[in-house]
Amino acid sequence: MTRAASWAILLLGLTYFILPLLGMIEFSLSMRRGEYSFDAYVAVLGDPQFRQTFSYSVMMALLTIVFGMLLVVPTAFWVRLKLPHLRPVIEFITLLPLVIPAIVVVFGYIRLYNTSSWLPLTGSVLGTNLLLMFGYATLSLPYMYRAVDTGLRTIDVTTLTEAAQSLGAGWITILGRIILPNVLVAVLSGAFVTFAIVMGEFTMAALLNRPAFGPYLQLMGANKAYEPFALATIAFIITWACMGLIQLVTRFTKHDKAAR
Amino acid sequence: MTEQSPPPPRRTFHLNLNWLGVMPFALFVLLFLVMPTMKIVVGAFQRPDGSFTFANIAGLFTPSILSSYWISIKISVSSAAIGCLIGFLMAAAMVLGGLPRGLRSPLMTFSGVASNFAGVPLAFAFLATLGPLGLVTVFLRTEFGINLRAMGFNILSFWGLTITYLFFQIPLMILIVTPALDGLKREWREAASCLGATGAQYWRMVALPILFPTILGTFALLFANAFGAVATAIALTGSSLNIVPIMLFAQIRGDVLGDPHLGYAMAFGMILVTGLANVVYIVLRMRSERWLK
Repeated sequence: MTRAASWAILLLGLTYFILPLLGMIEFSLSMRRGEYSFDAYVAVLGDPQFRQTFSYSVMMALLTIVFGMLLVVPTAFWVRLKLPHLRPVIEFITLLPLVIPAIVVVFGYIRLYNTSSWLPLTGSVLGTNLLLMFGYATLSLPYMYRAVDTGLRTIDVTTLTEAAQSLGAGWITILGRIILPNVLVAVLSGAFVTFAIVMGEFTMAALLNRPAFGPYLQLMGANKAYEPFALATIAFIITWACMGLIQLVTRFTKHDKAAR
Repeated sequence: MTEQSPPPPRRTFHLNLNWLGVMPFALFVLLFLVMPTMKIVVGAFQRPDGSFTFANIAGLFTPSILSSYWISIKISVSSAAIGCLIGFLMAAAMVLGGLPRGLRSPLMTFSGVASNFAGVPLAFAFLATLGPLGLVTVFLRTEFGINLRAMGFNILSFWGLTITYLFFQIPLMILIVTPALDGLKREWREAASCLGATGAQYWRMVALPILFPTILGTFALLFANAFGAVATAIALTGSSLNIVPIMLFAQIRGDVLGDPHLGYAMAFGMILVTGLANVVYIVLRMRSERWLK
């Protein structure tokens, strides 16, 4: 392939990716006739429903991250330490949410945990929120598990554990003060992906009828002219910021390790 | 409602307490991934009273449901095929085209972002670009007199959805195929040219056969990816395009098919399609690792 052809392909491809973003931003700025303005953003930020749904989704994202960490870090650690033969099985299970569409999973939730079932989670607001958080945790499981497992690969889990044990540390201490600090970067990058997923998620929140950011976006899209594009721009910035932060923490640790 | 039979209790507790360590994880996966999915699969083969039947599956073979599967499959195939092709060309340009190496890291980061930028915002971005009043539509009309609408293009259509899906399909292909292209050893190319092969021959007889499992596997992955995309489709087309995820969404919301178990069967069909595509991906992925490490 010649260099000119390579440039041509790359630039054509990039045009395809940049145009929709430009279109989105341009639209979000053209609420005032004849000139660019931030009116749409002002309108959106002033909308109490925006603040409610946005903070709801941020809250859910943070809870999902905490829950995911508590679930994944000990499991990945334990599997590496005591059950290495189970690793392929666990890895396969964590990839299942990529195979089974989210809409099917949430359909199952609705049928399995409805008010007449043995665990009527959808019967109360708290229960539905909890169910949605579990759903989000399921969606982010592939990313979270892979990130943490990769992080664990770079440290000698067995030696660290034995050293800590011989100094009298219990399991909680080992996990909280030895393992977690060592895989913190991995956990953080898993956390940022989770954040991006939860902030943009539509299907589960809509079908469980929770006031999250994704359904709000869709509702605005159906009813307003310019505001949806301001919202979409905000959503894009969130995704971009999350991915940027992952790059940043990863690079930061590389530097950190080289200096040691 | 039918009772889900509980999983067989693990008998190894007293022999090996190490099992206990993964119990929370196993419990979570069982409750919030396996059991909900099984509920759908089992429900697809049940009558409302719980007895076994194939009627729900047979119910899928009605013109409206079949056509929704058919449109879904067509959109998934075309967006996966075009995504594979463009993604491959872009990755090849980046890896083998002699472009500055500094381009690579930003492009890979961008691919990571773009492959995650799906859902409702993506639909809006394309409405703002190719919709009736979109940036490109208006530009083409005022500057070149090309009226996309008069040419039959509509963002709320098969091609509109395909073009939109490409926004997350192409980056995913780039992310997966770049390491594979890196795995092509320089020596292979040199050996081929020493034996008198032209560039085209090298690609046809060496590089593409090695890359083929990766490309085909990624195609399967992209197919499943598009097939399960719900939010983008709903935000873009509302309910004007009859594809499986939109139909299933409407069914879960309001039982539009008038038969809850037909909904199970539809969801089961979805699992079947995405599951098969993923099996193809995994098998081909293992095959491609034989050459590319």
